[in-house]
Amino acid sequence: MRDVDLRIAPGERVLLTGASGSGKSTLLRALGGLLDPEGGDATGELTVDGVAPDRCRQRVGTVFQDPDSQLVMTRAGDDVAFGLENVGTPPERIWPAVDAALDAVGFDLGRDRPTGALSGGQKQRLVLAGALAPRPGLLLLDEPTAQLDPAGAALVRDAVGRAVAGRGATLVVVDHDAPAWLPLVDRVVELLPGGGAVEHGPGWTPPPLRFPGRHPHPPGEPLLTADAVGYTHRGSAVPALPPTDVVLRAGRTLAVTGPNGTGKSTLALLLAGLRAPTTGRVTAAPPLTAGLRRPDRPPARWRAAELVDRIGTVFQQPEHQFLTGRVRDELSLGPLRSGAGAAQARATAEELLERLGLAPLAEANPFTLSGGQQRRLSVATALATRPRVLVLDEPTFGQDRDTWAELVALLAEQQDGDRALCLVTHDAAVVAALADDVLTLGAPVAVP
Amino acid sequence: MTAPLALGPARAVPLSAVNPVAQLSAIAVLTVVLLVSGDLVTPAVVLAAELALFPAAGLTRPREVLRRTWPLLLSAAGVAWVNVAFGALDGTAAWLSGATWGLRVVALALPGVLLVAATDPVRLADALTVHWRVSTRFAYGALAALRLVPLLAAEWETIRSARRARGVDAGANPVAAARLVAGTAFALLVAAIRRGTRLATAMDARGFDSGVPRTNARGSVFRRRDGWFVAGAVAVCAAAVGTSVALGAWDPLLG
Repeated sequence: MRDVDLRIAPGERVLLTGASGSGKSTLLRALGGLLDPEGGDATGELTVDGVAPDRCRQRVGTVFQDPDSQLVMTRAGDDVAFGLENVGTPPERIWPAVDAALDAVGFDLGRDRPTGALSGGQKQRLVLAGALAPRPGLLLLDEPTAQLDPAGAALVRDAVGRAVAGRGATLVVVDHDAPAWLPLVDRVVELLPGGGAVEHGPGWTPPPLRFPGRHPHPPGEPLLTADAVGYTHRGSAVPALPPTDVVLRAGRTLAVTGPNGTGKSTLALLLAGLRAPTTGRVTAAPPLTAGLRRPDRPPARWRAAELVDRIGTVFQQPEHQFLTGRVRDELSLGPLRSGAGAAQARATAEELLERLGLAPLAEANPFTLSGGQQRRLSVATALATRPRVLVLDEPTFGQDRDTWAELVALLAEQQDGDRALCLVTHDAAVVAALADDVLTLGAPVAVP
Repeated sequence: MTAPLALGPARAVPLSAVNPVAQLSAIAVLTVVLLVSGDLVTPAVVLAAELALFPAAGLTRPREVLRRTWPLLLSAAGVAWVNVAFGALDGTAAWLSGATWGLRVVALALPGVLLVAATDPVRLADALTVHWRVSTRFAYGALAALRLVPLLAAEWETIRSARRARGVDAGANPVAAARLVAGTAFALLVAAIRRGTRLATAMDARGFDSGVPRTNARGSVFRRRDGWFVAGAVAVCAAAVGTSVALGAWDPLLG
């Protein structure tokens, strides 16, 4: 982030938006006095209430993305009280303030509710209550809904709306998903990737998402069939995934949707051969099993080297998948593991680097890439072995509009290669752009 | 993808009403006596008193008791066996020595099992900071870290799956298996540090450890019954040593 001039008046509600890497979150952390002075070079001047931000932290409340990295206590009420205790609030004034904050965000499950048993949306609501309880003059929200399903995100935005209504608190929200916040803010400021910022006038809406052209295929032969597959964690009475039927066909894309906690990611693991179902059976058809040492076995019992060029998986967090120190090595790893020669693996890597625009980063460490670059790389690593089946868990999760469009175009290309795709996603735009069939978990819904 | 592991507040059982620092004091008293005694009678009497407290800690179902104590029972059996097999004594004396050591290990460790079963981690942190002036930075920092443990268990599972998806598994090769575990552990360590850093930033943003004296919303009261609990522990020790001396079995390891 550089060359940003911004003046926010008390009581204003501002949305800071911009592409990933434009420095939105950095600016927000700077406002909260949370930047490590040793961690980078600062230029220019930033004041909150006329003083350096780290001198008025007590009047600032902050909410970050991941609710699990923000809750401290085991009970809901104790967690809201945590911030009040830290600033030395007398004990007799704490519980009324806790109740007021819980009420302000619409958290009605009670103070004694264990925090571990809440949904993501409810956890984030609680985090918001914790930030509001000391009655901050400035409330900073750093992509507070990025890790939530649409229902959870709506719950949190609703809580923010309730909480700021009738308070004089200043609000700064950082999010690249601008439309959802427009009803709650007075101003929209877009940070530009090259530095600087532009102010958008009232009535502004972001440009529409770019959808790729598609050529839907007729349903091809089944590649992977799941018969009444379900999964129950050891020691748990409730199944993580109740018995479900799925068929993945060549040339078709199945979108799996539904609220958090209905077992979408679990289904992805079962289809991808990464976990064995506790009930039912996953069966691979002959086009997939050709060349296997034991073709009668289900995918969960294939050797990893056999799995990698038959079923490709892209995880929600790209970092989980990176195993090497260079982008180029990352792309040749899969082909090498599946038995391709070194020359061929290198050729595959070069081709993917060119096609996905990663060539300038070939020598970079995958962990140092931006979120969007990491996402493209993780898809590319799965494509490197040319698997017939591709399973993707939330591929557009947390991506800005440009990366979103690139990813969707890349996946649309895969549909033309007679592959079967399975997309687990909350993103209605991805479903609209790519899906041939939709499976909604939680409630049985007919395929359109 | 998260397993249903959650560190919840502990279930309220009768023993939960005893202040955690009283429980810790009682444990300290028992520990000293058990470490000094070298006979079979002392740990047997202490153990009987501990077993009598099991219902108060909500440990009544054999399955639940076994789930919480099996590592302890296993190590006690190990200690006893080592003493029988490799001790300097023979015959009945060897068996007696093995039983003594096994009983001591069980009697030493069971109070910890009772404490964990009956004590909410938040109440423990409250009691430690209020009564024993343990640093709030340490007590609540540890509490926050404890919350991350189940998340890391789920993360381990995800990292392992991600490696298999990339074509990396060990097959039947033990060297490859060891390397895979090491690689997964390293990835988990990186993930844990990142998560810990995020948590620390969030706690910072909420004014934790900012130099202002911290208050405590729940408080922690040391009542008369907590005093009686510690006195009870002292009485049990006295009874144990008294019985041992009366039976002529007392054999202190020190002095």
